[in-house]
Order: sequence, then structure tokens, then C-alpha cells
Amino acid sequence: MESAKTIIPKISRRKFLVGAGGFTFLITTGVIWPKLSAENKTANDGTITAWVHLQPDGKVIIYNPAAEMGQGSMTALPVLIAEEMDVDWSMVIIENSPIIPEIYGSRGFRGGKSMITVGSRAVSGYYEILRQAGAQARYVLLYNAAQKWNVPIQELTTDAGVVIHKSSGKKMLYGEIAEFAKSPDKIPKIPKEQMKQPGQFRLIGKNIPRCDIPGKVNGSAIFAIDIQLPDMVYGAISRTPVNGARPVNVLNKDSIMEIDGVIDLVTLEHGVGVIANSIETAFKAKKQLHIQWSEGAKAANYNSVEAFEKYENMAGDASIKGNVIKDEGNITNALQNAEKTYSSDYKNDFAYHAQIEPLNAVVSVAPDGSSAELWVGSQAPVSARRAAAQALGIAETKVEIHPCYLGGGFGRRSMSGYVSEAALLAKRAGKPLKLVWTREDDIAYGAFRPMSVQRMQAGVDKSGNIVGWSHIVVGTGGRLMTSGVNTLFYTFPNQHIEMRNVDEGVRTKHWRAVGHGPNKFAIEAFIDEIAADQKIDPVEIRKRLMKNHPRALKVLETAAKMANWGTPPPPGRGRGIAFAERSGSLTAGVCELSVDRNSGRIQVHNFWVALDAGVVIQPDNVLAQSEGSIIFGLSSVLSESLTFKKGKVQQSNFHDYNVMRIADAPENIEIKIIPSNERPSGVGEAALPFVGGAVSNAFANLTGIRLRHIPFTPDKVLEALSS
Amino acid sequence: MKTTFNLNGKTVQVETLSDATLLWTLRDHLGLTGTKYGCGEALCGACTVHLDGMAVRSCTTPMSMVTNRSVTTIEGLSNDNSHPLQKAWIEEQVPQCGYCQSGQIMQAAALLQNNSHPTREQILAQMNGVICRCGTYTRIVRAIERTAQNL
Ligand code: FES
Ligand code: FES
Repeated sequence: MESAKTIIPKISRRKFLVGAGGFTFLITTGVIWPKLSAENKTANDGTITAWVHLQPDGKVIIYNPAAEMGQGSMTALPVLIAEEMDVDWSMVIIENSPIIPEIYGSRGFRGGKSMITVGSRAVSGYYEILRQAGAQARYVLLYNAAQKWNVPIQELTTDAGVVIHKSSGKKMLYGEIAEFAKSPDKIPKIPKEQMKQPGQFRLIGKNIPRCDIPGKVNGSAIFAIDIQLPDMVYGAISRTPVNGARPVNVLNKDSIMEIDGVIDLVTLEHGVGVIANSIETAFKAKKQLHIQWSEGAKAANYNSVEAFEKYENMAGDASIKGNVIKDEGNITNALQNAEKTYSSDYKNDFAYHAQIEPLNAVVSVAPDGSSAELWVGSQAPVSARRAAAQALGIAETKVEIHPCYLGGGFGRRSMSGYVSEAALLAKRAGKPLKLVWTREDDIAYGAFRPMSVQRMQAGVDKSGNIVGWSHIVVGTGGRLMTSGVNTLFYTFPNQHIEMRNVDEGVRTKHWRAVGHGPNKFAIEAFIDEIAADQKIDPVEIRKRLMKNHPRALKVLETAAKMANWGTPPPPGRGRGIAFAERSGSLTAGVCELSVDRNSGRIQVHNFWVALDAGVVIQPDNVLAQSEGSIIFGLSSVLSESLTFKKGKVQQSNFHDYNVMRIADAPENIEIKIIPSNERPSGVGEAALPFVGGAVSNAFANLTGIRLRHIPFTPDKVLEALSS
Repeated sequence: MKTTFNLNGKTVQVETLSDATLLWTLRDHLGLTGTKYGCGEALCGACTVHLDGMAVRSCTTPMSMVTNRSVTTIEGLSNDNSHPLQKAWIEEQVPQCGYCQSGQIMQAAALLQNNSHPTREQILAQMNGVICRCGTYTRIVRAIERTAQNL
């Protein structure tokens, strides 16, 4: 066999830390000390941070602290630093920061510093931190130039990589300063007023081409699955088909070990791993494994299709006390005294992430077992490192992590089980090991967006105003089911929101926008049902509900205007509108679709979308994220369905788990970003939650029939049309 | 099993298991990791390469089929992003996570080789086998149309 080539990403931060001259900006709680990088021994001690390294040739290395999974923050975050530092963007080199949350983290969900990339928080979480870092780096440059020229620092300005002393006409390039720069004793925290105002931005709000894209059109971008190490072996794991069961016995161990290239079998808590000298052999052997599994796992009796009936019963069972999320006014009285009441159930199936790079990781354990290296694409690098350390029984500090590009995350790569697995197999192999999940593995042992039933009830007064609003979510997935269940921009005088959870023993997880998809679908479809019965225009009824929220109103009205709301759609087409908020961003979308009444296939022709996400760093990238969210959302609304029978996932690959393909994508997506000077909010999934409501509403406007169960597959559409 | 074939313009010989596929041979034996694994069953298109100029799924192409034929991978399209499709892909800022994009570009290259001015319907039909989970489809269509216009 030809020996495999070694592929390790070229960029090494250590190179710079011990490398040649230049100037690193170290920041600690509001203070910068620039030091020559060769002296920069403190960068790893956990108390000081380094965001920027300035080289004598004027090149500026900026460190990106977030995982890059396609959302573009690897470019957007450095833009924030470069903006305030007033750097010439063509001189910027972007590298990944080390994984040290105390230094490179932003505020985590539970306080403290975190480097997890989830919930569309990268830009919003780092906005102030990185602008401050950039402004302080600029201060250091000004300080040094002022000393050199012996002029007051207040007389200096900068312009794209140059320090300028106006009255004398002197200029100095940033790179020149790197040659002699010294640390000021104290660096002030730069007050907001001294930072750039939105009108002065040179980079923020312009379109900077994404730094990762050139490598993604010629195959050179490195994902963890691409890492090749000398002497590497390969791993694959047969995991339990029913969550919670354990391998009791491998019934054909001998014949598996006889397969040419199989090196070892490793029994894990949830499966059996194969170590082999090629990935194809590992896959082949894994497939042939005949494993006896333990009985009695909780999930073993779970049939998801049948579970809907149970959840519907639970939704109507007054004796059940679930988690009350909101209880305002008196919902019982409001419904009793209402002029008219409404009730509708909405449902959604489980959804699978289907990130196109299956899970994988590479681990190399030192011969004496005392340290290890890990290559992984992870949304949660700290927990990934911890998982490897725990599996190997060594300290976290003994695991060096090399973050790679993520071939999609969507929440799945915020879990770290696959890293533990890789570490356990690598430990046994005694050699560098690459663990790869097959697509079948990735589905069968996925962790899914919960299925749920949503019982919606409302009462209206004589004028058609909604005076009572009740939303009960029932399903399996706990808090995952409640994101987006609150209507932050709709005012209902009496409301009750509750979640009733059943632990079915199956694996659930955040999935792009999580509960917002199903919840906003139910909310927005239900509002349209009420509006239709009350003969109120769908835009009008929402305007009434959000009358105290000018930002929301603007978003709604903008989308309606883009779609020429109020004019009839072309023959054979229907339009529907929906509004949602997610990660602080406000969105509204109008969907225009048609349906093939023979096949039941829905075709979306147009989507007009308005988005208010505060200050937008990279407008074109925000459009790309929104296009992606709409397509991701449509995919789940039109075709994605994952089911369990006796606890086993019934789908196995892309032939029976249908994600949207290009021919089914909308013909036209138009997105308008509402100009704003508010601080940025998340955009990675903001344009997903309104999709279900917009499609269901458009379909109802076209056909008079309401679709209430996601996904609206052709068979369900045909059934609805014939009913 | 020894297989000799032309890879990105050069003759190569590689020794593999008899049932090895082109995908893993390219990636693990020949060091060309631009071609990606997504499903292993010719369902997602991430592994698309050209075999004698035709787009094929390398994950289901046995090495025995490759003997004495020409294989082009994303690395062979151009190594400096000078291919018109690569330029258009950058202009339109198509990739998000990027994992599917080698397959997308190779499929598009095969399409334009046979039909330099495809209609929108032809583009959709030809590209339908390559999944992009990130949802870059509208930009893919634009990038192909842009390339075709400049041909
Ligand atoms: S990996 Fe070959 S088509 Fe999916
Ligand atoms: S860019 Fe991520 S799958 Fe296409």
C-alpha cells in the first residue's frame, strides 16, 4: 500500500508565539500590554489575552475565537477588531485563537466565559469585547507614535493602518511602530464615545469577502475528517439501535477479527468499536458485527407515530401539571367570557441535523499516555477537550485541541460524545486514530429536534381582539420544546403557556433555532386561523397585536410591502405571512407557493423577508445566513420526518430522510435588512422560525385547507386536499 | 490490487483492497481530501469527481472501474482558483460550511462542459443530486448562470 500522506493544517499558533519579531497586544481586564512576542510567555497562563499580533511588515494577525461552521463569524469577528484598530483590511491575516475561555471567551449562558458557538451568538456575544480590544490596540499604537514624535497623543489620528499627526504632516505605518513599540504602563478602557460611531465605520456594514471561502472552492479547506497523521489507524463504531441498551456480547467476534485489516475490537458502554488499518475496512467490519444488546431500555417501547395520540390526550388532561412558562391574567375566565373561542392542534415530527460532514474526530495519544492531541470540528471545543481528557484519564491541560472547520453544526456539534469515542479507541490503538461515523450511524444515533403536539386555544372579544391565549406544548425533549413559545411582541391580556414533557428515553438536542421552528409555526398558523374566521387581514391582526413594538411593526410592514401584500397573487398561487423573533432578531416572511394537486407537491416560488438584526457587520453574509435558514426551515416543513419504532430510528440515509434539494428550493428569495444602530443580534437562524407559519398560511389562503402537521409531505397534502 | 489511472493529468498507480472505492483511495491513499464523504451511497453528491469528463459519485465507484481512465478531482480543476466556476463561486460567496462545495463545483463543471448555456431547469436537474445542507442553492444557481454568461 502506498503510504498515506500526512495532512495537518499549516497554521500553528505556537509558531508565532516562539517566532520572529513583531508585536502582540495583550489584554487583561481592560488593560493592554504590548510586548515583543518572543517575551510573550504569559499568553498561556490564563490571565492575559492576546487578540492581535502586529508584524513589522504591517501584517496584522487577528485571532478568531469562534467555531467556523459556515456562518462566517471567522471573518465577521476579526472585522470588529480591525474596525476599531483602524487596520487596512488587506493586511489582515486571520488565525484561530487557542481554546482558552478565560481569555478568548465571551459571556456564557451560565455566567463565566465560554467559547461555545451556539444560538447565533458569535457576533452579538463578542461585539463589545472585540471592538474594545481593537480600540485599545489602536491606543497602544497612538501612544507609541506620540512618544516617538514627542507630541501629545490627542493630536494623533489614524487612517487605515497609518498614524497621522495632522499639524506636522507626519505619518507612520502601523508596521513601523511594531519595530520599536513599548508597553504603556496603563491602557485605559476606551469609552464608547471615543470609539467609532456607526456612520464612521469603514469595515462594519460593508461586504468583506469571507476569508474561508477561497479554500472552500478548491478543496484545500481542512475539516477534521481530512486530517491524516503518520501511522494513523481508523475507527468505526456500531452503536446501540435503541438508546440506553448496552452491548452484552459480540456473537461473531472471531470472524470479524479474521477480516484482513481489522486490528482490534473495543467494547464501549453504548456500542462496539472496530479499529482497522483503513476506513473502508473499519466500515465493512462494523457493518458485519453481530451484537447482542441488553434488554429493557426505556426507549425500547417507543413508537413515535403512535405517541401523538398520547400527547394529544395529555394536552387536554387538566389533571396534568406541567411546567408553567407564563401565566398572566386569568385564562380560564378569559376563555369563558370570550365572544368566540378557538382551539387547534399543531404537530411536528422529529428532525435530524443532517450536517453534511458526518461526525468524526482524530485523536493521537502520546506513547506514555500522559498527553494527547485532538483534531475536531466542534461547536463546543472546551467540552470536546474535556471529553477527550476524561476518556483518557488525563488533565484537560494535557490535551491539545486543534479546531478544524465544521462541515455543518446546527447544534449537533455542540455535543462531544464522538470525541470521547475517538479518544477511547485511540487509547486502545496506541496509535493516532481517526473515528468516522457513517451517514447511517449519524442518523441512527442522532439527537433530534423534539417532536411535539401544540394545543392552541384562544378567545376573542366582539371586535375580534384576542383576549385569551393558551399554548400547551406536549412532547419529549423538555426545555428544547419551549424556545420561542413566548410571544415577545404580541400582547395578550390573559395568557397561559405550559410545557408537558414525557421522557421517552430517546436522544433530543438543539437543532437550528430549536423549538422556535415548531412553536412559531403553531402560533403564526393559529393567528391566521383566527384572522380568517374573524375576517381580519393577517397583516392587520398582527399589527394590532404588536402595536406597542415599533421595531416589530416595521419588520412586518416591510415584508408585506415587499410582497405587494393586498394585491392578488398570480393565478394558482397563494401567499402567507408570518412573524417571529429569534436570538434577538426580528423577522417577517411572506411565502408565495403553488401546489400540484395530482402529486401533492408544494412548490415555493417566492419568499420575501424583512430582518432587523441591529447593526449588521457583514450584510451579504447575513443574506446568505438568512437564505440558508429559509431553505433549512423549508426542508423541515416540507419533507423532513424522523420516526422511531420500538425505540429504533426508522430512517437510514438520504433516500428516506429527505432534506431539501436544489430543484425544490424557492425560485426567488428576497431579503431586506432594516437599517439599525441597535447592537447586533443573531442571524444564523433568525430566518427559520417564520417559515412553517408562512407556508401553512399561504397554503390555506390558496386552498382553504389548513395544514397542521409538519412536514407537509405530498401524501399529507393529498390527504388534506381530499378531505 | 494495483490500479493505474490518470489523476488530474498525471499517471498514478495505487495499491488498494480489491473492493476499494475511488473516494477513499483518493482521500486516504493519494492525499486528495477535497473530495468529501457524505453518505457512501450515491445519495448526496459530496464525493462527485469526473471520470473521463463525466460527473460520477466516487463513493460508489470501485477502483476496478477506474483502470486506465482519467479522473479529475476538485484539486485538478485548478489549484489557484482560476477556473471560471471557482471565480464565480467566490464572486457570489457561495460556500457556507463548504463541505458540499467540491461536489457542487465538480457537478457544475461537468454540466457546463456538456452544455455551456444551460437553462435554469437544466441546472436544477443536473445539480439535484448534490445536497447542500447549509442551503446555498440560490447562490449556486447564480454562480452557474454567471459562469455560463462569461463563457
Ligand atoms: S458520499 Fe458519495 S454521494 Fe454521498
Ligand atoms: S455549504 Fe454546507 S453543506 Fe453546502
